[in-house]
Amino acid sequence: MSFINYSSREINCKLVYYGPGLCGKTTNLQYIYNKTKPDAKGKMISLATETERTLFFDFLPLSLGEIRGFRTRFHLYTVPGQVFYDASRKLILKGVDGVCFVADSQLERMEANIESLENLRENLADQGYELDKLPYCIQYNKRDLPSVVPVEELSELLNPTRVPEFDAVATTGIGVFDTLKALAKQVLTELRKGS
Amino acid sequence: MQETSALNGLTQTVMYVDEVKQIQAVSDRLHQDSRARAILVVDKNGQLIASAGAASELDTTSLSSLVAGNVAATGGIAKLIEEEEFTGQYHEGKGISVHMTIVSRRVILVVLFDKNTTHGLVRLRVKKATVELERVLEEVTKKAKTPQVNVFAEITDADIDNLFND
Repeated sequence: MSFINYSSREINCKLVYYGPGLCGKTTNLQYIYNKTKPDAKGKMISLATETERTLFFDFLPLSLGEIRGFRTRFHLYTVPGQVFYDASRKLILKGVDGVCFVADSQLERMEANIESLENLRENLADQGYELDKLPYCIQYNKRDLPSVVPVEELSELLNPTRVPEFDAVATTGIGVFDTLKALAKQVLTELRKGS
Repeated sequence: MQETSALNGLTQTVMYVDEVKQIQAVSDRLHQDSRARAILVVDKNGQLIASAGAASELDTTSLSSLVAGNVAATGGIAKLIEEEEFTGQYHEGKGISVHMTIVSRRVILVVLFDKNTTHGLVRLRVKKATVELERVLEEVTKKAKTPQVNVFAEITDADIDNLFND
């Protein structure tokens, strides 16, 4: 749910990175955090377990600059990917403006990708949202690993509606900002429509 | 604050200057009356609406997000045990304690306080402020029923592209 404050002249939008466990959602946010100028970002918060698995969410506030006199801020969230944290995932989708599905390109994670994508649809539906009507893009992460599935195959399997899709290696930053920009643009375009 | 229906079924929260002023006034008064360190008024999705007191010394963006996450998690617990809602939460620290109250199911009133006051006084003053905030939020709901102009309808593709030029 975008939040427009006429008093402080700010637009705030919430983007959520979703995907199976260990697909690289947190790594995306860490890369964005490391590469963003200090004045354009807030603190990155990670609510993680002792083994650095996301327990509740990661949070990164970004400030992109002004648009028509309004400061544009994006709040980036990740969800915990592990199957048993479903209740937490549901909560984080509340008030979402745009979703990035981070898929793990490795062959052995295909089932996990499909399961997570189905889970995303279900959890959005529980909150009254429809994935196909939301600003939404897909990132095929870990393209540098040996056992990756060809992008065409991933696309056919995970992206039947042909939303914007990006190859990525989040650890080195390949595709990370392309994904973020594509999603942010969709969200702002939606705002223009009067949503 | 106004929640409008969206094309895609999403809602949008809009805060206008008058409402922010009123909420700010309630926060300032609560800050003085309760002798608290800081007051935050946060919407349930984690956006800061108003703050008073020593809030400028705090990372209010992070605090707002965590407070909303905390309230959402507690709301999830309430649902599981078939309790309607936990309207209040209290975290006691050595130096600073935090009192949180959900107002009109939409905003979270957060009071950070230290030994300069007592939890009893904070609770008492929060009760009064809650009634005032409820009144403001009720007015806001009425206003939301009147269609407002979308100032962002004029945004061009170039405006959006310019944001990403760096």
